[in-house]
Amino acid sequence: MSDILINKVKQLLSDKAIDIFIGHGEGTGGRIRPIFVRTPEDAEQLIFNENCKQSWANYLLKPEVKAAGKIGMMATKHALRAMMQLASEFQIKDNEVLALYWDNNELKSSADFKEIEAYLASQNHDILPHEQEMIDKLNAMTTQERWDFWQKEYEKCIKCYACRSACPMCYCHHCAAEGNQPQWIPVASHQLGNMDWHLMRAMHLSGRCINCGACAKVCPMHIPLNLLTYNLITPIQQEFGAIAGMKHDATYALSTFKTEDKENFIL
Amino acid sequence: MENKNIYEPYMMRIAKITDEAPFVKTFRLEFVNPQDAENFSFHTGQFGEYSVYGEGESTFCIASPHTRKGYIECTFRQAGRVTGELASLEVGDSMGFRGPYGNIFPVEEWKGKNLLFIAGGIALPPMRSVIWTCLDTRENFKDVTILYGAKSVNDLVYKHELKEWEERPDVKLVTTVDPGGETPEWKGEVGFVPTVLDNMKPNPENTIAIVCGPPVMIKFTFPVLEKAGFKDEQIYTTLENRMKCGLGKCGRCNVGKVFVCKDGPVFSRTQLKELPDEY
Amino acid sequence: MEPIIKIIKSASLATIVDKLKGRYPRLYAPVKKQELVELEVINGFNDIAQDYLLTTQSVKKLAFPRVEKILDYTLQKGNIQQQSPDTSNFPETVLFGIRPCDASGFRSLTAIFNGDKPDEFYKSRYEKLIIISFACNKADAYCFCTSVGGNPGNTEGSDIQFTPVDNDEMLVEILTEKGKAVADLFSDLLSDCDKPVDKQAYLANVPVVFDVNKVIDNTTKSFNNEMLWINQSLRCIGCGACAFVCPTCACFDIQDEQNMKQGARLRLWDSCGFSLFTLHTSGHNPRHIQSHRWRQRLMHKFSYMPEQLKVVGCEGCGRCSRACPVDMNIKEHLLQIAEL
Ligand code: SF4
Ligand code: FES
Repeated sequence: MSDILINKVKQLLSDKAIDIFIGHGEGTGGRIRPIFVRTPEDAEQLIFNENCKQSWANYLLKPEVKAAGKIGMMATKHALRAMMQLASEFQIKDNEVLALYWDNNELKSSADFKEIEAYLASQNHDILPHEQEMIDKLNAMTTQERWDFWQKEYEKCIKCYACRSACPMCYCHHCAAEGNQPQWIPVASHQLGNMDWHLMRAMHLSGRCINCGACAKVCPMHIPLNLLTYNLITPIQQEFGAIAGMKHDATYALSTFKTEDKENFIL
Repeated sequence: MENKNIYEPYMMRIAKITDEAPFVKTFRLEFVNPQDAENFSFHTGQFGEYSVYGEGESTFCIASPHTRKGYIECTFRQAGRVTGELASLEVGDSMGFRGPYGNIFPVEEWKGKNLLFIAGGIALPPMRSVIWTCLDTRENFKDVTILYGAKSVNDLVYKHELKEWEERPDVKLVTTVDPGGETPEWKGEVGFVPTVLDNMKPNPENTIAIVCGPPVMIKFTFPVLEKAGFKDEQIYTTLENRMKCGLGKCGRCNVGKVFVCKDGPVFSRTQLKELPDEY
Repeated sequence: MEPIIKIIKSASLATIVDKLKGRYPRLYAPVKKQELVELEVINGFNDIAQDYLLTTQSVKKLAFPRVEKILDYTLQKGNIQQQSPDTSNFPETVLFGIRPCDASGFRSLTAIFNGDKPDEFYKSRYEKLIIISFACNKADAYCFCTSVGGNPGNTEGSDIQFTPVDNDEMLVEILTEKGKAVADLFSDLLSDCDKPVDKQAYLANVPVVFDVNKVIDNTTKSFNNEMLWINQSLRCIGCGACAFVCPTCACFDIQDEQNMKQGARLRLWDSCGFSLFTLHTSGHNPRHIQSHRWRQRLMHKFSYMPEQLKVVGCEGCGRCSRACPVDMNIKEHLLQIAEL
């Protein structure tokens, strides 16, 4: 798989179809890291294997990456969904980013939103069994147990904001976590400050989270943050029929009024 | 007993508030504790951390001259959380002050020289301190020229003092506003500070130029001075970077290896040229 | 003080921990918590992690906690009362089983915080620490202490150091007066060293990968090498994980919290990697892109600190690289700079 990818990227770079390619590379001790390839020779460092599950969509808006020119990206399903969601929030334009993705062992490339949507529609987006298992466990808890569970997790948080930085949807230049007029949440990483931060983060991602799990994977304190946002996906889907990152022109469920919207969950 | 907590402010009381311009105010602050007033001393060019309890701290220079004791003054523009709250305080209210921090204008070294002060916008406060310091010991200096520019007539700060300086025979004051910022009654110059300065044909002979203003103004003023023959060591400025501690510890105000809060804020152009572009 | 060298049976460790705990209730040691190894107060020897390389977070939190109250006040219109928190009563705290790179990390923090105007909070907390380190007999791909002047048996900053040697025995080095007073608690378990022990032979092998003086020279020279910093930091996502796990990163923020009646001023961990760290109120940002912030991180540790404080701001513990979400491996980056 790596060879096919390398050849393709070499081609794209020498044809000047793209100026920079974001892909998976070999990291420290078997880790996978994002690499940025600008010359056909450097494309040799690209790899693709079953460990390459990371989405690099959070780099699409980084100024230094954008400054490099036209971007190509090795895109997992989650990265493609992130692209669609970013498009629906007017952060990237059609034909701006060239995504490479595997469709039944065939390396496809497209910058066309309609094509990417069609591919995504053909794929299964269910939550993985082990993720579902954790959610079920959480949902089976009493409110008190769930509260205690999260309090214990929040306690670990050091407010490094790696979760935010890794999230493709957390692109606000000035996150409300740091907004001080008014001061929405305490800046300090203490009990209240941590809880407020996570609740606010989850709320802002409700209906926008594309379920890539990056937040939990990057957390140096191993907090299963994605459970917070996963748990908001289902209600939004059930109540509004919306699932994030499937359409480039979707409207945001929580800011769209429809007369047929249910009101049963409003207290 | 000496206070060991370097973060504990002096408790201050607001003695006087002057509205300078839209959103710009000057506070005169007196020490609540007479002992503090006694022990406190500073020198022109230094700054401090002003706090509104419950909101936080904000960094401004001390805008009064060290030749006047018993109080300090600060001038600020209402812009963020702390300055917004500051603006709502009234005479008699308490607030905090930590300082003085940073280095000083080397006024001692300037004795016997001509002084040319060039300030733009809200950058007059640091300049006001050093101007008054020099005017309070006027006999030590030769010609004193002040060039001050703001966006519009309305934005000029220290209007009373400008008038006072204008009327003094031993000060030459030139005020200017940006094109479009003038009113029908305006008698000063119209034009940007660097252009007006150029037209003034400043004489570098035995002269020190002190420049304060927004980064763009400074950037365009230096070449004018250079063209007029000013050497780097004849030019001084003060830098502003975001600060928290004022003590060289919190790590955010540095320009290259230099901490603005400790090694600055006053720099000669010679020193400035050695610093990377990080301000 | 001239170090005192003793030998102890590894099996006595449990007794030592009990004795320490009896005398110092605030006895911290590495504790395993699922994927994390955290430094926590332990109740007994069994709480201590069996097999750990390093704690996930550094030990700096014991002297420089992530939230430190630096001022208390009551708010009543017209009558504000402020009070500095009492720093004279921080409890004596034993750090047991930390690594040499953590112990020596206090050198940087002390240089920054104590400096000319000492920060009482750090100073008083640090003075109350009793540091009992364990030399490393293993290391991983991220470790590079030997490249920045340390080594797996570095005793700097420790009051006592234990090194596992043969025959289920440990070498005990009593390094300071403080350490001596503590060792008196278990002097009955210590025996004299009849023949010299080659400590080196029992330490992990951590090869030197670069010459730190080259790194210092080259970072200092490379400020304007924009492409170097851009290329190194293209994958950096600007979080604070590296700074927060680092034993020497000391940058902080100051924030007020209040509830109408009373409030406190807090000193909080901050990171030069955050985009808002240097943002002016005017919107101007002297370090407006990540590459400049990455440059600041390295310049601060390898150029500014060596020049001004005479310390390198890095212990080579590799925590930043382990914690980094995108595998920014600082060892690789420093090697690249050394080879410029
Ligand atoms: S990545 Fe983890 S530790 Fe960092 S802010 Fe997010 S939850 Fe907290
Ligand atoms: S303001 Fe904290 S280091 Fe300068």
